[in-house]
Amino acid sequence: MSVRGILDVRCAVTLGAFDLDADFSAGPGITVLIGPSGAGKTTILHLVAGLMRPERGRIAVGGDVMADTDARVFVPPHKRRIGLVFQDAQLFPHLTVAQNLAFGGWFARHKNGLPREHVIDVLGIGALLDRRPARLSGGEKSRVALARALLSSPRLLLMDEPLSGLDDEKRQTILPLIETVRDEFAVPMLYVTHARDEAQRLANRIIMIDRGRVVGSETLG
Amino acid sequence: MFDFTPDEWTAIGLSVKVAVAATLCSLPIAILAGYALARWSFPGKTLLNGLLHLPLVLPPVVTGYLLLVAFGRQGPIGGFIYDWLGITLSFRWTGAALAAAVMAFPLMLRAIRLSFEIIDRRFESAASTLGAGPIATFFTVTLPLAAPGILVGIILGFAKALGEFGATITFVSNIPGETQTIALAIHSYTQAPGGDAGTIRLAVVSILIALTAVIASEALSQRLLKRTSVFQ
Repeated sequence: MSVRGILDVRCAVTLGAFDLDADFSAGPGITVLIGPSGAGKTTILHLVAGLMRPERGRIAVGGDVMADTDARVFVPPHKRRIGLVFQDAQLFPHLTVAQNLAFGGWFARHKNGLPREHVIDVLGIGALLDRRPARLSGGEKSRVALARALLSSPRLLLMDEPLSGLDDEKRQTILPLIETVRDEFAVPMLYVTHARDEAQRLANRIIMIDRGRVVGSETLG
Repeated sequence: MFDFTPDEWTAIGLSVKVAVAATLCSLPIAILAGYALARWSFPGKTLLNGLLHLPLVLPPVVTGYLLLVAFGRQGPIGGFIYDWLGITLSFRWTGAALAAAVMAFPLMLRAIRLSFEIIDRRFESAASTLGAGPIATFFTVTLPLAAPGILVGIILGFAKALGEFGATITFVSNIPGETQTIALAIHSYTQAPGGDAGTIRLAVVSILIALTAVIASEALSQRLLKRTSVFQ
């Protein structure tokens, strides 16, 4: 599969004094968006997820148009099948871990067949299923959030600095899990971080973002 | 001392019936209006908010009078309801329930609106990225997270409906067995010589019902808060 085709983004949006004009494509594996905070990385994720509308431009995933301002197309987030792992997990506090994991399945019309037991196994969260999010540590929350997003059968997974709230030791235990997820489940990922080491370790491709623009890219493998 | 007369039992039963009916009828409207005021912006929002809060600030007699004018058998809304549904409101317990519902509504609305306003909307964003549409998100995420505040609204509304006096007596009068709730029965006792014992009996009942409701709601909302809190 060519690099073009999994995710194509060419869009612009203005938020107060900040203006974003992004143009890039992402292929299989992990594409890392890296840049200083305030560069517009999270805004890009929200545009791709459909949580924000572009003012101009086009976003397509796997050849399907998600947003196109010229054609007046905008697919709402719940119809995109794009998973998003939030920076602070955003697990539903009124549901147990098991119910959080099941949430995506309640609405999924397509199943991509990621087996629940296998995902739980790989992320090592089998012992947490009956707990509520309030009783999880930061690392546990990250793992549950990743599992929840995977189990919603996404065709693309967006990750917004999922390790930023964790200490170095926890990050070192979760990084290999993300690599395992990439290799085991073959879900393409767009991964946002400001940490160079995370980018080097995970990325198939790195895209540098600064002040709302793509300022460089690098293909690693 | 606590030998209730049949009329007093009727008044107690009627009070509970009126307050339950009033609360159940106001609740869905208060949830809808609370959500709309918390989340949507539309022209006339400030005016609508003011109108919905009017029963809280108007003298209850005025509210009762307006109900009489609008919902009486000859009134524009009351006539319509009688013609199409065969329901009479004036001088009936249904009218007492309407008066109690109208008076309780602003209190419910305030609690419910606030509970929608303080929900972290990123939970709803998370739900949408997991495939839940707006209506599914409302019922699986928004409403459960607002539950403690909605419960507070229910209790406040129920308590207000139980004790409503001014609008009720103006709209549906004070008819034993039909519209005479505890508050109205106490009023009758205080107007007649030798009514002290009856007043005290019914006052104690009011206190017991109100206290039970408040304690029950406190216990319930503690449990709900524990369930929905993000932190321990």
